[in-house]
Amino acid sequence: MFTARMTLKNSCLSKRKLIMLEKIIFKNNLEMLLNKISREYEVYAPARVGIETVWSLVTKADDLEWNFTNTDLSPKGFLFPQTECMLEFKNIPRSADGMILKRPELKEGSKALFNIRPCDAKAFSVLDLVFEQDPQKPDVYWKDKREKTLLLGLACNHPCPACFCTSVECGPHHPQGLDILMQDLEDRLVLKPLTPKGENLLTDLDQASEQDINLAAKLEKQAKDMIQGGLGLENIQAGSILDIYEHSAWERLYESCINCGTCTFYCPTCHCFDIQDETRGTYGRRVRNWDTCMSPHFTLHTSGHNPRGRRIDRFRQRFMHKFKYMPFKLNGALGCVGCGRCTQKCPVNIDVREVVNTINI
Amino acid sequence: MLELIEQIRDNARQLLEEGKVHCVIGYRQGSIPMRVQPHFAYSPEETDKMTWSCFCTQNLAKYLIGREEPTAILAQGCVTRNIAGLIQENQVKRENIYILGINSPGMVDYRKVQSKLPGRVIHEVLEENGHLLVRGPGYEEKILKRDVKRDNCYTCNHRNPVIYDQLIGEKGEETGGGNIDKVAAPWENLGPDQRWAKFQDTFKDCIRCYACRDACPLCYCKECFVDESKPQWCGKTVDESDVHTFHILRAFHCAGRCTDCGACESACPMGIKMRRLTSKIEKDIRQMFGFSPGLDTQESPPLSVYRPDDPEEFMLK
Repeated sequence: MFTARMTLKNSCLSKRKLIMLEKIIFKNNLEMLLNKISREYEVYAPARVGIETVWSLVTKADDLEWNFTNTDLSPKGFLFPQTECMLEFKNIPRSADGMILKRPELKEGSKALFNIRPCDAKAFSVLDLVFEQDPQKPDVYWKDKREKTLLLGLACNHPCPACFCTSVECGPHHPQGLDILMQDLEDRLVLKPLTPKGENLLTDLDQASEQDINLAAKLEKQAKDMIQGGLGLENIQAGSILDIYEHSAWERLYESCINCGTCTFYCPTCHCFDIQDETRGTYGRRVRNWDTCMSPHFTLHTSGHNPRGRRIDRFRQRFMHKFKYMPFKLNGALGCVGCGRCTQKCPVNIDVREVVNTINI
Repeated sequence: MLELIEQIRDNARQLLEEGKVHCVIGYRQGSIPMRVQPHFAYSPEETDKMTWSCFCTQNLAKYLIGREEPTAILAQGCVTRNIAGLIQENQVKRENIYILGINSPGMVDYRKVQSKLPGRVIHEVLEENGHLLVRGPGYEEKILKRDVKRDNCYTCNHRNPVIYDQLIGEKGEETGGGNIDKVAAPWENLGPDQRWAKFQDTFKDCIRCYACRDACPLCYCKECFVDESKPQWCGKTVDESDVHTFHILRAFHCAGRCTDCGACESACPMGIKMRRLTSKIEKDIRQMFGFSPGLDTQESPPLSVYRPDDPEEFMLK
């Protein structure tokens, strides 16, 4: 018996590069896995606080919440904080070392995002395309943190009414962007390693049974079937940019939008920012903050001209950016992962599915 | 409720058919449970979508600003007060609008409904007479509407429209039943350290999305102070000092004009209770100046007018 198992393990080792085997772990044995992860990473996971679900530090397996749809704010803030200091300087004009911009040490630690949803992990892949679009000059602030981050995804078994991941090249069990995909079978998890980083963590775990793997596949299908509303993109993708831009429906779609920044700040793929210098006495810093294309000043030129001075222009731009301009510039990658946060949080209940479906005609 | 909805649609349809207005602003059913969307009907057929419910939390007066064409608007108590305020401030021309006034039943705060069902996915919410029927995977719950009303609706004193061209339904209860002076300004009796702690705690989650400002009918400046750069009054970061500056300054810009409609708190995606600031200011204005905004289209708010006999006892001597 022992010998046979050894043989199996050896043959697996030789096939390691081709097959990454699914593993199984009982939830009440998670402490061991968490300890292994904690040796290298600070672990964060969604936790319910009142009616919100927020990313919280995890110190023990009991901290893990299994009964949630998704976090209110997306995890993009881990890699792209809302306020981030990029450069610092001594605000002393007459000093020899004054007014010289220096980058602070990139000393952010390694983080593991445990139970991140597949849509949010895919969003990180999309943001990789944006922040690292120039291999010679990637966004170092993003890249540094991205490389130090481990993503263990929790597949969705119960998508909520605003989710539509299946319409945007994503899904409740979608693997893209993850190091490990976990599928929840009530008292145990099937773990699919997807990268060498992920696989290394699971070496001590038992292989999942055929039954469990099939059960997980069944849950995936059930979850996909639960997704209530979707959106269609065929005509938007086939049409020219100008045709979509000049669609008559924008006139009726934009009117209720109050141009706040809620949708953009909650969106896991939105990435615009504004850079400013701030000084306080002899300390100076160059800081970037999340910005929103919904803001009237977003495209204001120093000349005073504003190409998107009207609400309709800004509203239209948001959707065109995600569904037309980004795929055009990023080899087909959509700027939306179907998480539904914008719809849920919008103060006037603008539904991205309704907007896109109306323009798709 | 259904009768009121029929009346709203009939009146709106008639106004458009007769060409009296270019557009009727109201609400339509939302795309997810417990939400409605602002609706703009430009033709009689489009009035078929109009609705009215306990989830109508957006203040539609906001959409009157900048409209040139004659417009009709569905408006309950607080909204009509804001309309009166906008008329007084010359942002809306009285002769350009047709107000379909309606008594407010007090709006529901969807977050309070969610907090009664922690961790549950809500698939459907039906409004019945005194309660809500909430349905989700494997459950159905009845929740009393009076337990989940929006904070400001409990202490409202003006549920009936104060100005209107046509009344939908009948005038009803004027007040929400609560005592506004018992709940407004909750930090009044605390010492400075405790007040500061409460203030920090209230605004710690603010992400500067400006949903509060953008939902507010009082905020119509072409250039908001937070967007000015010469000088820059307020930093753009989410550092505490910048967040605090924004909220305090906005509250004061609304002083003497705020009707406590609650649209700000309803709009906030983080559920921040910024009325803890404005309710104090509203109370002070009411007690010190004997003024409640929006009840008179002629009377100017106290902070925009100087009178030699203005009360001064609260000033340091």
